[in-house]
Amino acid sequence: MKFSRIIANSGEWLSGDGPNRQIVVSSRVRLARNLRDKPFPGWAKKSERLDVMNLVKEAVEHLPEMVESYSENLEALSPLEKQVLVERHLISREHAAKGVGSAVVMNAPQSLSVMINEEDHLRMQAIRCGLQLDNVFKMINSVDSELECSLQFAYSAELGYLTACPSNVGTGMRASAMLHLPGLVMSDQINKIINSVNKIGLAVRGLHGEGTEAMGNLFQVSNQTTLGEAEEEIIGRLNRVIEQVIEHEQNARALLAQRKSITLHDQIGRAYGLLCHSYSISSKEALNLLSIIKLGIDLSVFPDAHRFPVDELFIETQPAHLQKGAQVAKMSSEERDALRATIIRAKLSQVPQPDIARLRLSIPVNTENQ
Amino acid sequence: MQCDVCQNKDATVFLTQIVDGKMQKVNLCEGCSKEKGVNDPTGFALADLLLGLGASQQIEKSPTTLKCAVCGFTQADFKKTGRLGCSNCYTVFADGIASMLKNMHKGTQHTGKTPAAFHKVREHNEKIKALQENLSKAIDAEEFELAANLRDQIRKVEADLAS
Repeated sequence: MKFSRIIANSGEWLSGDGPNRQIVVSSRVRLARNLRDKPFPGWAKKSERLDVMNLVKEAVEHLPEMVESYSENLEALSPLEKQVLVERHLISREHAAKGVGSAVVMNAPQSLSVMINEEDHLRMQAIRCGLQLDNVFKMINSVDSELECSLQFAYSAELGYLTACPSNVGTGMRASAMLHLPGLVMSDQINKIINSVNKIGLAVRGLHGEGTEAMGNLFQVSNQTTLGEAEEEIIGRLNRVIEQVIEHEQNARALLAQRKSITLHDQIGRAYGLLCHSYSISSKEALNLLSIIKLGIDLSVFPDAHRFPVDELFIETQPAHLQKGAQVAKMSSEERDALRATIIRAKLSQVPQPDIARLRLSIPVNTENQ
Repeated sequence: MQCDVCQNKDATVFLTQIVDGKMQKVNLCEGCSKEKGVNDPTGFALADLLLGLGASQQIEKSPTTLKCAVCGFTQADFKKTGRLGCSNCYTVFADGIASMLKNMHKGTQHTGKTPAAFHKVREHNEKIKALQENLSKAIDAEEFELAANLRDQIRKVEADLAS
């Protein structure tokens, strides 16, 4: 399958449906695995990396899940193409920096992707829409079990799966959910939530993982520890915390609608106005305003039919996607900002003006514990 | 105060984070704090950063001459990268790693998934262990006929595993 065909469609996690999808954008589980007694990618010589890559790539490409797949060595991808994959969360920023000796294999719906020779020999992930970590884990777990037949993974009875970094040892699993939390941000409760989630040993991060800024009111919640707990326990713990955060977000939205309705109307109206009439807009500003539009859709201020086009804009307005779409190799940031504004204006012209009178909360919530 | 990352410039950013009731502290210079994305507290987990630092001091507890026979990795390399060389390094540097893992994770014993190939090994090991306990009991009780029988069983299981 060609790169152009892969990116022509948005991933299943964006277009699909899933539980709690108004607040939980996506659920993702990744497993780190290594081959026994082969130097980890960061320590291996080029020839050793190539050997491992060929071995692993062959095994991954033969998976039944990968019948229709896209598979490429990283040196064959342009920096722009790599960035497109990063923006879609199909490879990590670290992996995008790799060249000869690293590869990526993903299935056509972009729900499964395997990074070969990232920090570990294999980093495989499954990603789906909404809150469904259990299903996502099942998906990636069966891939792991199939690969285990053809590859000998580094494993010890005491420490579990052995990884390049001791912080991943054990299950080698990082489960995460991307949450859209405009209510908690607007009501200044987000730091309180982040602190309490951190306190129970879970990590909260920005849009693109480690060390990135939170934009568009999007936050990733994931497990920090990987040893001493079974996969199901980690996911169970994560699920319980995420469900709590969802409840807090719903309460925050309800409270805003009841007690600060003018502020809320004003924010939605301004976001709509700015996006409809700007001729140059940065990626950060666009994401933050689109987040408010998305909230507006959740609150029925905009028709639900526009949910997918708006969700798509979150990805389409990212720098590499803009440039790829325009089919230009080089673009200044001024040109990108102008093109971004044009694309957003075109799409938002389809969305009717906010109808504040329709504002309602789709889910009945209790505000007693606030 | 020196920066914990580059060990070169003066630290101007001081971070404290409490995870699971344990306090972690790190001091950084401006350059390193930007590089690690510290300027945005919401998108930042101190534990990730601490790995390469506290971790490298921990592993020093094992003798400095240690070198992995499989991949040639040494302690100095770990200090530099915060990553290990290969899966065998976990055995070579086991002592240093053990205390590090204790601070980093919920437990020190893996309780999650086991590759199918290891099921058999684990079952056999458990069986042998049980038989050996019975054997020493039998010897203590001077039931030598039973002991001989158990010894033969152990040999059989061991031969089974080797095949």
